[in-house]
Amino acid sequence: MAFAHAGTATASKPGRAGMRIPYLLLLPGLLWLLLFFVLPLINLAETSTKTPIAGGETGAYEQTFRLQNYVDAFSENSAQFSRSFIYALLATVLALAISYPLAYAIAFKSGKYKNILLVLVIAPFFTSFLLRTIAWKQILGEEGPVISILRTFHLIGADTSITATALAVITGMTYNFLPFMTLPIYASLERIDPRLMEASGDLYANGLTTFRRVTFPLSMPGVVAGTLLTFIPAAGDYVNAQILGNPTTKMIGNVIDSRFFRIVDYPTAAALSFTLMAAILILITVYIRRAGTDELI
Amino acid sequence: MKPDLTPEVREIVRAQLSRRRFIAGAGAVGGATLLAACGSNDAESGSADATASAPVDEGGTVRWANWPAYLDFDSDKKTYTSLETFKAASGINVVYKEDVNDNDEFYGKVQGQLKLGKDIGYDIVTLTDWMAGRWVRMGYTQAFDEANLPNKVNILPTLANVGFDPGRKSTLTWQSGFAGFGWNKEKIPGGIQSIEQLFDKKNKGRIEVLSEMRDTMGIILQAQGVDPSQPFTEDQFMNAIDFLQQKISDGFIRQVKGNDYLEDMVSGDAVAVIGWSGDIFSLSNENGGKFGFQVPESGGTLWSDNCIIPSTSKNKKNAETVLNNYYDPAVAAQVAAFVNYICPVVGAQAEMEKIDPELAKSPFIFPDDATLAKVRVFRTLTVDEETKYAEAFQAAAGN
Repeated sequence: MAFAHAGTATASKPGRAGMRIPYLLLLPGLLWLLLFFVLPLINLAETSTKTPIAGGETGAYEQTFRLQNYVDAFSENSAQFSRSFIYALLATVLALAISYPLAYAIAFKSGKYKNILLVLVIAPFFTSFLLRTIAWKQILGEEGPVISILRTFHLIGADTSITATALAVITGMTYNFLPFMTLPIYASLERIDPRLMEASGDLYANGLTTFRRVTFPLSMPGVVAGTLLTFIPAAGDYVNAQILGNPTTKMIGNVIDSRFFRIVDYPTAAALSFTLMAAILILITVYIRRAGTDELI
Repeated sequence: MKPDLTPEVREIVRAQLSRRRFIAGAGAVGGATLLAACGSNDAESGSADATASAPVDEGGTVRWANWPAYLDFDSDKKTYTSLETFKAASGINVVYKEDVNDNDEFYGKVQGQLKLGKDIGYDIVTLTDWMAGRWVRMGYTQAFDEANLPNKVNILPTLANVGFDPGRKSTLTWQSGFAGFGWNKEKIPGGIQSIEQLFDKKNKGRIEVLSEMRDTMGIILQAQGVDPSQPFTEDQFMNAIDFLQQKISDGFIRQVKGNDYLEDMVSGDAVAVIGWSGDIFSLSNENGGKFGFQVPESGGTLWSDNCIIPSTSKNKKNAETVLNNYYDPAVAAQVAAFVNYICPVVGAQAEMEKIDPELAKSPFIFPDDATLAKVRVFRTLTVDEETKYAEAFQAAAGN
């Protein structure tokens, strides 16, 4: 925070040339966003209100500004929408529960193994996440090693499956997004001045109280960043549901995929994408307000 | 007919083939009446001028998108035997990719470039009748130069004229086949003849059906006593959708999949499927005869896949040379012996006698009247029907 204030102070009395520099620095990013975010977004918005041309070929649409498309898209697929947010929420909570202790251990308890452990967290990134998900499907599949062992010891019934279930989709997402949760939390924890914790101890706080009153609040920026980086892609994910799920665990990403690529129904696909984006934006805004993370940026 | 291969090369090919394992087919030889149901079913007319914007021929590598398990693959050498022979004999390079998993999925991927006239990355694509018809209608095909395709005359008479491409000007049948029931013989020794047996309680959660709507729905419709080759009503179709929906929500159906259902049969995730005849035979050959296939007693579907040179291809002449090679009866027989689909080439049955007399009798490669009587070709849908039914089907599949 102190650094940020210093920045504002110097920026408050700049010369004329100095005023342009921030804008020049922003330029590449702004252009990039304009080209690859704003323009496609306009195109998407335009597509989302089209309707099929009567008697036209598959994929032929005309602009009729039909806003009802949004209502239809949402009402027909509300099950997949709610499923997406529930699965994403569960995956985020699970990832947080796994990542926080992991990040804590790496930041404070790992000693000379710190770098090795960090590499281990990042290492899965080196292979395609598609391949890793398919690998899980094989490992946990009906004839795979895990299920045979569990069945042999009667830990699960003969009819119980691991893959093609909602659980598989959620744990698949948890696994795939784990590094996105771990790394920001680690970065936050690692930055904490150890003297603050010593001071807390000197003031007669026990370990738990120190964690609750000092460590955890200071790591909040990492927690918020981690949860956002997990929740947002998880809500839009369709790979895990496709590979590890069954037809009753499909998420909104699967619907968009099928509308776009199979039915060639671009307006509905576009309307769904917009609705998803809006829903995520609202949820995120509420979340950030409540989490109160000025320190995040 | 002008064969592409020298006699020496053919001898090598045959010698290789005789070492293969083949399935034992049963049934009578019915050469002349092949595919009686297949020809004149499609009512659409192909009017698009396919040659209007044909790109300049660069004569380069032919890039071919085909379905999995659809060309004679040598699993030891990891190459396609007939393709290697062709490449060596002709000097034309062919990049063969099993990139088509599902008609809709493939169309969705390439249609943006097709519309813009940008290279879609393939010089030959293999698509099922109804989708091939869509490409012809929309002008996404290039008309064949008959001079480069002398073997085209070998096409079965019943396939030579189809509604979507009269005279086969820009599409050429690759293989035809049946959709029916496939099963894992270790898990289901009794096999599957009816839809009740498919959805047996002990298969629950291990059943997969095709994402190819016409095949899955064609079989369900027939099980409900509706003939999908006749003008059935929307109510009848939606009844069949309700059946599918029920089986999905009751947890019987594990996945609704494209051609990658084969992977799940191998891994054991799926023990019973609605699948494609040749796929399951060739998969079984590669896995010690582990899988069985049967056309449902209530009726299966018959379809054909067609080779198309996309309007964006710049290697048309070479692509035609490739197709010409596969319409040589000897080569066609060699492919059929591996893929076990219905061979569209006249004379292949005689060639098959030399490769494997048993296979020459297989009703799944050279179908007889009795086999053809059990299958139907899904009727042509209007664009509106196609969209509406596809939506209902996708919604049932959770999408």
